[in-house]
Amino acid sequence: MNAKLLIAGALALASAGVAVAAVQVYAPTRARQPWATVQQGKYLARAGDCESCHTAEGGKPYAGGRPVPTPFGIVYSVNITPDPDTGIGAWSEEDFYRAMHDGIDQQGKRLYPAFPYPWYTHMTHGDVDAIKAYLDTVKPVRQVDRKPKLGWPFSMRSMLAVWDKLYLDAKRFQPDPARSAQWNRGKYLVDGAGHCGACHSAKNMLGHADTSHPMQGGMAEHVFAPNLGAGERDGLSGWTRDDIVQYLATGSNRYATAAGPMAEVVQASTQYLKQRDLAAMATYLKSLEGPKPETPDTPNKDTLRAGAALYVDDCAGCHMNNGAGIANAFPPLRASSAVQAAKPDLLIAVILQGARSPATSAKPTGLMMPAFDNKLDDAEVATLTTYIRNAWGNRGGDVSKGDVAKLRNTLASAPR
Amino acid sequence: MAKKLPEVDVVLVGFGWTASVIAQELTEAGANVLALERGSWRDTVPDFSVTHIQDELRYAVRKEIFEQTRRQTLTFRDKPDQTALPMRELGSFLPASGVGGAGVHWNGQNWRFLPTDFLLRTHNEQRYGKKAIPDDMTIQDWGISYEQLEPYYDKWEYLCGISGKAGNIGGKIQPGGNPFEGARRREYPLPPLKRSAATVLFDKAAREVGLHPFPAPAANTSKPYLNPLGVQMGQCTYCGYCEWFGCANYSKASPQSTILPVLLKKDNFSFRTHSSVVRILTDSNGKRATGVVYVDQNGREYIQPAQMVVLCAFAHHNVHLLLVSKIGVPYDPQTGTGVVGRNYAYQVSSSVNVTCKERLNPFMGAGALGQVADDFNGDNFDHTGKGFLGGGYIALWNTGGRPILQEYLPKGTPKWGAGWKKALHEDYLYSTHMQCHGGVMSYRDNYLDLDPTYKDAYGNPLLRLTFDFHHNENAMSKFLTDRATEIAKAIPNRGINSKPRKGDYSIVPYQTTHNTGGAAMGTDPRTSFVNPFLQSWDVPNLWVMGSTVFPQNAGYNPTGTVGALAFWAADAMKRYIKNPQPLVQT
Repeated sequence: MNAKLLIAGALALASAGVAVAAVQVYAPTRARQPWATVQQGKYLARAGDCESCHTAEGGKPYAGGRPVPTPFGIVYSVNITPDPDTGIGAWSEEDFYRAMHDGIDQQGKRLYPAFPYPWYTHMTHGDVDAIKAYLDTVKPVRQVDRKPKLGWPFSMRSMLAVWDKLYLDAKRFQPDPARSAQWNRGKYLVDGAGHCGACHSAKNMLGHADTSHPMQGGMAEHVFAPNLGAGERDGLSGWTRDDIVQYLATGSNRYATAAGPMAEVVQASTQYLKQRDLAAMATYLKSLEGPKPETPDTPNKDTLRAGAALYVDDCAGCHMNNGAGIANAFPPLRASSAVQAAKPDLLIAVILQGARSPATSAKPTGLMMPAFDNKLDDAEVATLTTYIRNAWGNRGGDVSKGDVAKLRNTLASAPR
Repeated sequence: MAKKLPEVDVVLVGFGWTASVIAQELTEAGANVLALERGSWRDTVPDFSVTHIQDELRYAVRKEIFEQTRRQTLTFRDKPDQTALPMRELGSFLPASGVGGAGVHWNGQNWRFLPTDFLLRTHNEQRYGKKAIPDDMTIQDWGISYEQLEPYYDKWEYLCGISGKAGNIGGKIQPGGNPFEGARRREYPLPPLKRSAATVLFDKAAREVGLHPFPAPAANTSKPYLNPLGVQMGQCTYCGYCEWFGCANYSKASPQSTILPVLLKKDNFSFRTHSSVVRILTDSNGKRATGVVYVDQNGREYIQPAQMVVLCAFAHHNVHLLLVSKIGVPYDPQTGTGVVGRNYAYQVSSSVNVTCKERLNPFMGAGALGQVADDFNGDNFDHTGKGFLGGGYIALWNTGGRPILQEYLPKGTPKWGAGWKKALHEDYLYSTHMQCHGGVMSYRDNYLDLDPTYKDAYGNPLLRLTFDFHHNENAMSKFLTDRATEIAKAIPNRGINSKPRKGDYSIVPYQTTHNTGGAAMGTDPRTSFVNPFLQSWDVPNLWVMGSTVFPQNAGYNPTGTVGALAFWAADAMKRYIKNPQPLVQT
């Protein structure tokens, strides 16, 4: 696996050290914002999936503390409740905008780009202000931020100025007049609040996303987030715009069910977006180019035969012998772009850890697949993954035992 | 000192099928509902995971997901003049422990009772005369008609995604279904399961002897299903691990696979596990339930106040709670008075094993994959001169062909060693069996009360069960077994082993978990504990669910009727919440 910054969206502020002098009972100094502005902010906060990263497991909403793994160490999301002392209650709109647009906090410290300001920077000032107006209405929680656990030299925030200088393209979204309003709205949401490229775009050694080849697949935490551009085999060429909308609104469609980090994104974020915004995102995604098609080698017959046997024993009950899955319940593995993605990580991770489909209001069940990590060893998972990636017309090349072992270790040591 | 907790609108004792239905319905109506479950939280993943749950030794033999007798059990005797002894191991029936209750480990054999079942005494008296009912047979009408319950059967069946073929839609007999069933409003939500080789043989043979076989209604999904709550179910894989196991594939209806994904997201619902309810509390004059006392895993006691208390535990436990809480008049078999513990009933089963000439592959199965002849159930046939009332079905169930407990080898096969291995090798793939599943009437000397000697883990006296089969059931069982043997003879076979039931009831070998009665429903407070809406006559904010309220047992598996009654009672509770009065005035 390349050492790439795993950007998942978390504010990583160091603890301020100096308490705000006048700690008062929670009483915003600013006038309350109009209802419509707060609702707009709530909608955008969901589009940005803020709550997922800014809420620790079992913790209070928006109070931070969720560990975000990066190749350089762990950063923790921060408290963005309106608590004036430990949250952002004392921040002005301009303070908040500077964080979102320039990646610099109220005290002037640079933020780690695990917080996706390189995407939020595209958002309009009005939209960012609305998010702040909404955050001002959530329940304030007094919770001091945790310090990041980063090794030298990444622990030095001065490094971040260099990073921003190199990579931060701090400018607002500029509509392309040659494109439709819908396309522009879609790009604004995908590249801005949605920060889809944080996972789905390739990143360099220092975690900078490749903006000239957007959404062609990249790392999301520990697994590969598939190509969202064109691609007959591993992209969205076969998906209609309606397929994309249905996937984002409900968590599944005829080709796929959201798994891994994406399940959380659908459950906490995209299911709440308006149909017309999802349609706009779909329009934009359908306009993207994919990576240059590759033709993976065909694995040897013995591996495929062994994999088929494992598949029958462990998978066929739900995903069926022909890999077609069961409509509205268990996802197909045949002709799946996630299964045939450039890297097999997602498929391996699902086999090792199991998965839970998003429980959305449209599809509340949250069907689960069990973990097979205690049943299948690395070689068996590799054989099975190779089979699934090459059966029923799929093409995905060989998966090695080493790939599985490495991911198993990574997942086992992931912070919780 | 018990800790007193904040009041809720409704507290449910137990969190199985009936609690799930009541909770879903009442939370929709706006009530704040809490379920107290003595066992653990369980879900499809990880508890019933595929390739993990199919462990017969762990679950079927060692009975991992059932009631723990060290916590709670009962004592048993056949006759009132015997001394009851405690069951230290589960035997004849297998109550559950844990969220989902026995709804997790049932087979999914899902039936409606016959219209005449609900009018048992009236109907039999009219057809056969009052003298046809023996003096000690305490059967009674339910106080509700099939027609009243029909919409709720329908609601239940669509919740569960029942696979089947209707036999009677709106009074019109449908080819391929059960011609004896009561009229239903529409077809089942899913088509019948695929047939196994053995059920095909049974179907042919039963027709040859003049019967009317049909595919059993199954809570195993023949196709993927989306229920009215929006919950998705998979499609049965015929793995044959339904009974005594949770379903790995979201294809057997259970609270987990049909209701909980929606219920658990509601702000006005909550549940607590490892919370054993030990007492129902009432006010000083005993006319109003004020809540319950429960004990957690660490032995800490809590008082949970509530506006309404609904007993949703296993049949025995509901009765036990009423007795230890001193609610209602305990039944006295000497005088025949009192209602709590009265009219306990069970079911009577026998079997006929057949070694067929055709290879059957019995390992492919589903809990309710079966072909059934209902010709001798209830009053579907003329009982004149038969010497008994009631009846049961004859079925060839293909629940599975598990290696330890599901080999139906020829008569005389050794239990172990070379002879057993030889028979298994030669006959397993050709073996099947038929089940005769009969109802049991209620009797004056079959009842539940508190044991004078033995106590449970919480210091309460154990429930005492006094039960034996009577002449009526023995004669009926013999009749059914003889009919099943006739069917067996019509199947090309290498051997038949009829196994009629004999002698007194033994609580040791597993028979069925269809225990009923003890707090019957009815229209007369002298012979029933709850009114036809399952509301206590004595304590109007106390309700009793489940087969506890059956006045006697019919010839069918009870879950369909239990589910329909829960929906029926939920509607009544919604009326009660708006106007908290007895729904039937005495």
